[in-house]
Amino acid sequence: MLVLTLTGCVDGVKGSGKTMSLCHAVHYCSKQGWLVLHIPDAHLWVKNCKELLPSSYHASRFDQPIQASNWLRNFRTTNEHFLSKIKLRQRYVWTKRESTEEGRPLGELVDMGVSRVKSSSDVVGAVLKELRLQAGGTEGGFRLAVAVDGVNGLWGRTTLKKEDKSPVAPEELTLVHNLRKMINNDWCGGAVIATLSQTGSLYAPSSAYLPQELLGEEGFDSMDPFIPVPVSLYSEKEFESCYLYYLDRHWLQHPHSQTEEGKKELIFLSNRNPSVLERLCAFL
Amino acid sequence: KFSEEFIKKQVEEFNIGKRHLANMMGEDPETFTQGDINRSIAYLFPSGLFDKKAKPLMKHPDEVFPKQRAVQWGADGRPFHFLFYTGKQSYYSLMHVSTGRWLLKEELEELLVETISEHDYARFIQLMERLLSLPYCSVEEDFVQRYRRQLEIQSSKQQVQPLQYDQHGVAYSTGDGRRKTATGTVLLRDSGSGSISINGTNYVHYFPVLQDREQLMFPLHFMEVLGRFDMQCSVSGGGHSSQAGALRLAISRAMLSFLSEGQVETMRQAGLLTPDPRIKERKKPGQEGARRKFTWKKR
Repeated sequence: MLVLTLTGCVDGVKGSGKTMSLCHAVHYCSKQGWLVLHIPDAHLWVKNCKELLPSSYHASRFDQPIQASNWLRNFRTTNEHFLSKIKLRQRYVWTKRESTEEGRPLGELVDMGVSRVKSSSDVVGAVLKELRLQAGGTEGGFRLAVAVDGVNGLWGRTTLKKEDKSPVAPEELTLVHNLRKMINNDWCGGAVIATLSQTGSLYAPSSAYLPQELLGEEGFDSMDPFIPVPVSLYSEKEFESCYLYYLDRHWLQHPHSQTEEGKKELIFLSNRNPSVLERLCAFL
Repeated sequence: KFSEEFIKKQVEEFNIGKRHLANMMGEDPETFTQGDINRSIAYLFPSGLFDKKAKPLMKHPDEVFPKQRAVQWGADGRPFHFLFYTGKQSYYSLMHVSTGRWLLKEELEELLVETISEHDYARFIQLMERLLSLPYCSVEEDFVQRYRRQLEIQSSKQQVQPLQYDQHGVAYSTGDGRRKTATGTVLLRDSGSGSISINGTNYVHYFPVLQDREQLMFPLHFMEVLGRFDMQCSVSGGGHSSQAGALRLAISRAMLSFLSEGQVETMRQAGLLTPDPRIKERKKPGQEGARRKFTWKKR
């Protein structure tokens, strides 16, 4: 199974296009017919959470209903046609009256998770487990692509606190726990693409961009072995194409920007950094 | 109020009207004078009014429309004449006409090989001015010219350091600049790709604000050498704006050794080589800040 991590390089720590490259890869995978598990930002699960419920499944863990239900909704819209195809292999019991039988389509599980917010985190865990089991299967097998943005958030610290003001470790969150199981190397039939991002990370210095620094020891060991892919700033050709795209979309209104000199100015002011260039050329 | 094109149009219309009038009166259009025009108008439009100025008239537009000055400023709003803001630019430029300057006190002492006090010098200048103001002063012009010197026109007295070459034959030069407690030094290397590193980090990370990066860009862009140089800068002190200003001065000073005389002069006139003299004004006692006074209470 392939594990890729997109890291920033020396020149372009912030804004060099890691998330955009991840989105490119995700789009390619979905065009090829893979099932895409896209987590927009793992840091969102680890900070600023309003509601923390103690998990019903496991005593010491905590649930995050809002984030889980949001993610399930997005999952439903992205992988519409897979939902009816995949059947569950196990019976899941939610409460005394609720249970999902074996053989039901995945879509039903997801709908249940969206409607019953209290148990949405457990639904997420169940979905992930099912997908992991069935990904490499020969009959009706599909390829699974797990795309995580900001994967270093899964192994750092959290800003969440329990009721007695003691900090919550990431392992104590159900979502994080289940996600870690996905990134582990024990299933086949797919790929894991991740980005390391410093921007949303907690308690990390702003000059850190190497995998060891951002992931920490634990994270590095569990991601091992992985292929680091450095995302650098625009090359000549990339800059040229971006500049022509902005011209085409009429973002560059001033007549001076269409000359050679204007282009040189843009190169200088942005130093070929994609996000800086975008902010330069955008209106208002 | 009346634009140039309007006046030109009026002149054309007047000329055409003059020929039409000549045709109407049966006269020759070529030799139709102003006196003839007046007579014809008086004939065609008799008026019973007594005031001469109220009667119909046909005159050349230059006599009708009052004379006015052409537009004093260019497209960017900057006035052409340097004395525009005095209000009476022609008058003050006339007053300001100076063919040279009088001898300085030191120069006079040198000439006469004697010590001269301030009062003596002031009296000397007074007498020379009085001499000039009298009629027939051109008779003694030689005597007066001995004590006058011409003004120096070009004031670009920059010390341009020569280029230095390092091991690989690449030309480089250094420059430093200061602005408001920030000091910066720049090492400018030729045949580079336009990369800039400040205190070890990239300039995009060191100056996240666009304004600071524009300040850095200004000298290079002005001389149109944007992608030519590689720069290694170090800067300390001050805030981000003053650091950017210090670096700008340092870059312009370092660039001097790569440029020709005329370009140096343009840089000086653009203000790239002048160190900004503004510093933080002292706080005065009895006031809250340098200018701000304490809140005034009526009672």
